[in-house]
This record gives sequence, C-alpha cells and structure tokens, in this order.
Amino acid sequence: MNTLFDKIWDAHVVSTIENGPTILYIDRHYVHEVTSPQAFNGLRARGLKVFRPLQTTLTADHNIPTLHQDQPVKDPVSRNQLDTFEKNARDFQLPLFFPMGHEKNGVVHIIGPENGFTQPGMTIVCGDSHTSTHGAFGAIAFGIGTSEVEMVLATQCILQTRPKTMRITFDGKLNKGVTAKDLALYMISKLSTGGATGYFVEYAGEAIRNMNMEERMTVCNLSIEMGARGGMIAPDETTFAYLKNREFAPKGEEWNKKLAYWKTLYSDQDAVFDKEYTFDASEISPMITYGTNPGMGMGIDQTIPTLEQVDEAGRISFEKALNYMGFRPGEKLLGKPIDYVFLGSCTNGRIEDFRTFAQFVKGKKKADNVVAWLVPGSRKVEKQIHDEGLHEILMEAGFELRQPGCSACLAMNDDKVPAGKYAVSTSNRNFEGRQGPGARTILAGPLVAAAAAVTGKITDPREFLS
Amino acid sequence: MEKFVKLTSTVVPLPIENVDTDQIIPARFLKATNKDGFGDHLFADWRYNKDGSPKADFVLNNPTYKGSILVAGKNFGSGSSREHAAWAIAGYGFKVVVSSFFADIFKNNALNNGVLPVVVTPEFLNEIFQSVSENPNMTLTVDLENQTITNNATGKSEKFDINVYKKECLIKGLDDIDYLLSKKDLIEAYEASRTF
Ligand code: SF4
Repeated sequence: MNTLFDKIWDAHVVSTIENGPTILYIDRHYVHEVTSPQAFNGLRARGLKVFRPLQTTLTADHNIPTLHQDQPVKDPVSRNQLDTFEKNARDFQLPLFFPMGHEKNGVVHIIGPENGFTQPGMTIVCGDSHTSTHGAFGAIAFGIGTSEVEMVLATQCILQTRPKTMRITFDGKLNKGVTAKDLALYMISKLSTGGATGYFVEYAGEAIRNMNMEERMTVCNLSIEMGARGGMIAPDETTFAYLKNREFAPKGEEWNKKLAYWKTLYSDQDAVFDKEYTFDASEISPMITYGTNPGMGMGIDQTIPTLEQVDEAGRISFEKALNYMGFRPGEKLLGKPIDYVFLGSCTNGRIEDFRTFAQFVKGKKKADNVVAWLVPGSRKVEKQIHDEGLHEILMEAGFELRQPGCSACLAMNDDKVPAGKYAVSTSNRNFEGRQGPGARTILAGPLVAAAAAVTGKITDPREFLS
Repeated sequence: MEKFVKLTSTVVPLPIENVDTDQIIPARFLKATNKDGFGDHLFADWRYNKDGSPKADFVLNNPTYKGSILVAGKNFGSGSSREHAAWAIAGYGFKVVVSSFFADIFKNNALNNGVLPVVVTPEFLNEIFQSVSENPNMTLTVDLENQTITNNATGKSEKFDINVYKKECLIKGLDDIDYLLSKKDLIEAYEASRTF
C-alpha cells in the first residue's frame, strides 16, 4: 500500500537522523554553469574530489547566446562563468561535460532524458527548480540550492525532510487543439501558485496515460509553478519505449533486469495520498496567462476576472499585475496584437513542440509585426528538426531557427524582450521582468504560440483546425 | 565550519521589518563565481550611494555600532531563495541574527553557512532595541548549549528553539557536508547493498 513516491524514496534512504532529516542517496546529478561555481570552490577548499563523477552530468545552458555559438561569448561576465565551468569539469575530471557547441549540449532538463541519463526509479537533483521535469519518467526529481549541490558532488547524498504526497488525476481525454501545456496551466490556475507547497505530486488518469514522454515532461516541469517540490508519473510502456536504445540507458541483460524493476513502480491500489484532486480533461481549452504569475491563467476565449471576482485580500496584487501587463479587469484578450513569440525552454523546447508548431504554420506566413525566437532545447532537437524536414517548413513560413539554450526563458543572455512589449511564450514563468526588464509575458502552449506567430495577435488555434 | 557554542557581543541594530533577500544582496551580484566578497555587498543599496561612497545614515557605516550580532525587525530574509544572502551576512562577520520571525529558506541557508538565527518574542526584541538606543555598548549573550539569549543590559533571558540536529552541527562546527562526509562508510555500504 505504497505510493510511487514512497517506493522510490524508501529505496534511497541511507539513514535517518533522529529528530532530523533523511540522508537521501542521489542517482543522477545535473549541473549547469550558474549555480555550481561556489560548490566546486567549496570542494577545493576542503580538498575533496567529486565522489561519483559518472553520476554527474554537466551542460552549459543558462548563460549562453543562441546565435554564433561557434564564436567566443561576447559578454565578459557570462564568458567568465562559462570558462569557470569548463575549468571545474576539467579539474574535477568529470567526463560527462557538454559545453556550448557539443553535440549533447542543451538545456539541462532536455539533454538528461534525451540521452537516457534520466530513468525510472531514480533520485535526481540539479541546482535549478525545474528539475521536476525528470519526474515524467517515474523518478523523484527536484531542485536544490548551491550548498546542496556541493553536498551531492562530495557525497552523492543530500539531507532532506520527507514531503507530503498529492495525487492529481485527469479523467477523460484532451480535446483537439489542447496540449499538455494547456492542461498544466489549467491545473495551476485552479490550484494557484502555492497550492501544492510542501507536496510531491503524482499525475494520473487517462489523459496523462495517453500522453507521450515529451508531453509528460511538460506537465511535470510545471509542478514547481504551483509550489510542489516535484511531480511524477508512473512509468509504463510509453516510458520504456522512449528509453530503449538511448545512449546511456541500460543495454542487454541489464535492460531486462532494470525493466523488471521499473514495472514495480506504481502506486498500489490502496495507497493513501495526503491530498487528492480530480479534473475532467475534456473541460480544458487552450490556455493563456493574463497576469504576472503562472496561476493567473484562463481559457483563451475567456475574459480576465473582474475586480469583484477577486477576493479582497488579493486585489492589490491583482491590480498591480494587470497594470504591469497593460490589461483591464473583465477584458477579453482574443485579438490583442502581440510583438514576440518564444518557442523553447525546458517546458516546450522538445522535438514534439517543434513538430506541433511546424505543422500549424505549414503553408502559412509569419505575421510581419512579430519577432519570433524559435530556440531548440538541445543540439539533438536542432538536428532532428533538420532531419525531419521541419526546418524547411519553418523557413518557408518565414521563421528562423536559433541555437539551443535557455534563451528568453530567463533572459540572462541577449535574448531579452524589450520593455512594454508582449511576448507569447512557451516557457514557464511570467514574473515581472523575467524575459527582460519591463517585458510582458503571456504563457501559452506551442499551438497558441504558433497561432499568434502567424496572425500577429492572440488567436484561438482551434479556429484553424478542421 | 567554525564551532559555535556561546557568544557575547555588542550588536548592530536594524529595526526594519520584512528585510528581503533582494535588500540583503541585490540581484546584480549573482553572476559571481565564488562566495567571497559578498560581505562587501551586504545591504549594498542601503549602504552605498550610486558613486560607491558610504551613506552616513546607514547603521553599518556608523562606527558607534559594531559586533557580530545583527538584530533585525520581524520577517527577516523573505523573498528569493538565493543562498548569496547568507553568504553576505556570514561574509560580513555576523555570527548571529536575532529577530522575532525569519523566512524559512533564509533560516536554512544561514544555518548551512554557520550563522545562527535566534527567534525571540516581539517584546524581547523591542527591549533589545531599547537597550541599544540607551547604550550602544550593551551586549547580548547567546548560549547555544542551553538555548538561551540574555540581554546583559537588563539581565533578562529567553529560551530559543533549534532543531536538535542543527544544534549539534553548530556546536561541533560541522555543516551538512561535514556530517555527510562523516557518513561515507554508510553511504558506501548503501551503494554496495543496492539490488536495483
Ligand atoms: S529553460 Fe528556463 S526554466 Fe528551464 S532550465 Fe533554463 S532557465 Fe531554467
């Protein structure tokens, strides 16, 4: 009578400190350039090595440009951080290091799964909150701070207090024109950005089972935006088929052995969760956000709540958000002109997202008023876009492809949306200034982004689907 | 990490509520690649003018107040989870921060960096501010073993709470990493015992 979470957690407890946290063993540690330098310095100061180099995967993503990656990085501060990263990988003899330009380089939460590093039953951490993405494989995956990065480098363990468990079930099927991102934005709009704080979430139900791995990753990725420590989905044939033959996935006899274990990873029928929610997937429409946190979302054809519909305590921040966005309470957003479209990030920068986008814009033209940044999540995604002929479709429709990285998701590089401009973005955070000082972010899925890119305004993609 | 058992020190009073991590260490300092020097940027926007000259009216620039105990208003350390805030406090030389309420993440980050957050009642906090304003050379004594804090100007004492595990870490001068390193044999035994 265990939950999926319990099974994996219990299998990774090294010991539990009385009146204190658990020593949790970590199978896979992902490392990027921004939250790791101080951790490596810590190891140096103590004269320590990295304890398990082969369980440590490193990629540069947050700080890299998405143009001219063959040339030296112009911004000296970013370049220093990238050089430091490379030096750390060298000094600490970490072979799984994928710098900018490497064929396995890309956003950390995209390259992990696509190379087969992420597997069911694992514990996975990274100094980045969207580590929850990897839970799509039936893993316990969560973000950590820099001291914790150092702990994992030094001991492959972390001290953690056990979170509570929550199950969110989506019965029924998603309608045509509705994506995994819409499902996630719908859920966050119902639960709010703090609704799952203190919990680890398992997603279940027909709509989740029907999703491919890319879609499941999108859902788990956004768990953190409702405060959850992480999100996870029990592995099944879809998971196993995705993993089979990936470079770092088990092979031969080892595969069979692992597969037998993976098949035991599900919540038992009588497992008890601390909290449960159930939604009807068929009620979900394409979604957009209208405010400055991911919980401020609505169906694309709906209207922004009026002041009266917002409870009194929340009115000041509601008005502040709408002011920032340049929207009015009670307003409909369909037909509003937009300026930028960003397709990418660890939320929607995978091959499926590019297929969806390309299929939609095929035979249409990019709107003249729109600047579109199409940023593949990794070099492999970029290659696949070319191999599958999506690149030609995109070019014919007037789009250009950039090079992989986090890009406008956090705008740490040059990809910043100018102040006051509207960006329909497939990323995960619409906070004030997240995509550049003063930038106005409207979060959406790849279909809504595609519809906005070809019409130049907020458009219901279902209008184009026969 | 340095051991912490007992400390008597003069204090630096900061009677402001809701001091968030953006004030403790502004975002522009986060592109650094080491933990050093964050003490120089502690409260940077309150402490320095645009041209880098010190603002005379900020407490860190007032030679009357010094010591390794920072006493701050309610809800200290709210906002972003950046560990850089704790690095700045520790880097400046503070060993203890006293307040009537701390944001959760800051508390953990502080403990991970050898800084003891002491939660006192609002009345006790007010009395400290009162005592300092009467005599800037007044001292506080923080006794971790007995979990007490004493205002030596008034002689009044209060008990404070701390997680048993964290208390032991501070007293022995161990941080979480030291603790985990001391369990390497357990970790290796765990690895060897795995069947999946
Ligand atoms: S794409 Fe965005 S959310 Fe994902 S790892 Fe990069 S910065 Fe973080």
